[in-house]
Amino acid sequence: MNPANTILEAPAATGSHDQHMILNMGPQHPAMHGVLRLVVEIDGEIVVRLQPEIGYLHTGIEKTCEAKFYHQIVPLTDRLDYLSPMANNLCYCLAVEKLLGLEIPEKAQWLRVLLAELTRLNSHLIWLGTHAMDIGALTVFLYTFREREEILRIFEGLSGQRMMTSYIRIGGLAMEPPLDFFDRVQGFIRTFPEKIDEYSNLLTGNPIFRNRLKGVGILSAADAIALGVTGPNMRGSGVDFDLRRDMPYSGYEKFQFKVPIATEGDCWARYLIRLIEMRESVKMIQQALDGMPEGLIKADAPKIVLPDREKMKTQMEALIHHFKIVTEGFAVPAGEVYQGIESPRGQMGYYIVSDGTAKPYRVHFRNPSFATLQAIETMCKGRMLADVIAVVGSIDIVLGEIDR
Amino acid sequence: MSASVKDNLIGKAAVLEGLPEHPAVRAILAWKPEALEDAKFDHGELTLTIASDKIRSAAATVQAAGYNFFEDVTAVDWFPSSPRFQLSYHIVSHPYKERIRLRVLVDGEAPSVESITSVWPSANFYEREVFDLFGIRFEGHPDLRRIMMPDEWQGHPLRKDYPVEGYR
Repeated sequence: MNPANTILEAPAATGSHDQHMILNMGPQHPAMHGVLRLVVEIDGEIVVRLQPEIGYLHTGIEKTCEAKFYHQIVPLTDRLDYLSPMANNLCYCLAVEKLLGLEIPEKAQWLRVLLAELTRLNSHLIWLGTHAMDIGALTVFLYTFREREEILRIFEGLSGQRMMTSYIRIGGLAMEPPLDFFDRVQGFIRTFPEKIDEYSNLLTGNPIFRNRLKGVGILSAADAIALGVTGPNMRGSGVDFDLRRDMPYSGYEKFQFKVPIATEGDCWARYLIRLIEMRESVKMIQQALDGMPEGLIKADAPKIVLPDREKMKTQMEALIHHFKIVTEGFAVPAGEVYQGIESPRGQMGYYIVSDGTAKPYRVHFRNPSFATLQAIETMCKGRMLADVIAVVGSIDIVLGEIDR
Repeated sequence: MSASVKDNLIGKAAVLEGLPEHPAVRAILAWKPEALEDAKFDHGELTLTIASDKIRSAAATVQAAGYNFFEDVTAVDWFPSSPRFQLSYHIVSHPYKERIRLRVLVDGEAPSVESITSVWPSANFYEREVFDLFGIRFEGHPDLRRIMMPDEWQGHPLRKDYPVEGYR
């Protein structure tokens, strides 16, 4: 039997036990990271049972996708995991490119890796700030948002948008990065390791922060696999698996990086793992900057990739292609693909079924937070109610991608 | 793996010939060859179509063969074709660093299939989602309730015959 079967055998929350109380946390609760609702059954202050209720942000994005052309879905993917838009764009575009059999120029691949790692920093900074704030260390929030602001400014210079970037497109990237892009990224990552030290100085030695996290929310390796937990949460439980290293995509095999592992499986381990991941991401961004190849940022596929603005105004074919793509989309060969990537939160996977027309027949998003949510009960059971806040903060969920 | 990513193997015979050493194919054949209805290998992904009444044991079989991590299950509505629904299970192997897809075809009349939550508890939310949005029942699921839509909702929105405009 699987060790995590406890989640299945728990009795329904009826409130029939005299001394037990049903407590409703959320959907409007400052520590629920969005609109998560937890129905908690407590015995005094001990959690007996915990049931996540979701769907408050359900907007039917998967259904909407079926009515859109393939290129029109890219902006929708931004809005799933709105804290790491580039990871969503990348996953969707890789899936469609796989279906099309499209080769992406090397420069575009390297830029995609650079942006995916920059997004990881962005996402981990928000996690660190909000997690520390939940625990009561308010200062760190201001510091992490200071650095996040610089990343958002880089994104804004790149795509014109701070958060909903839609910069990674089917067949490459939306446009050439601005002239000062590489200098700004270089400047950012030159100082960023010191900033991580700064956060670490504020938190790692802090006895309150340490006591709130150590030994709290323990998830064993077997439970992590049984409950579908992925990413830093799974690696904090001692499962050594990272899609970037083990099933590389978009040129990740050309990068050298370490995958941090911890065996404790508690909130503290997950905190340390993400701090190390940030340092590794900085190294990968440096490698991407150093080795950035010359070349094009879009695939040579005029019927799929929108032409440059300049060409569109001077060349007849480019104008025709632009008109055709925008009004009719492009047909994608029938078939089904699943593309997995390592998003900041874990294994993200997009499943696309095509029937050979210009609109996808079915799009499904496997988002890491959705599965991670199933493990909350295992982590919180038998612990104090206050630990629920620490656990929800430490697993780094985004409700936008859970509810879709 | 003997076949490169460029090769497409369509049909059960082609896959059995092209990928005889594949651990998932071997495990399924060793367990119950007749349960494997169809197979294909395209876009670098192996798809095994399993008889709809045997999915739970098939999942347990590939789990024992090293495909230890359940990633995802979702459905596709092929309305008005028959069989109407297709369920796609995506399973990752940590030791082989590889992903397979198990496919099950389900009829449109009162669609129902065995739950695999006893093999992977992580299928719990995913099966609830498929139940909610497609109306496919999972027998043996511990808590088959709607997950995205309100509890009193009528209909299953991701079905192809679900109206997308106007008043309901």
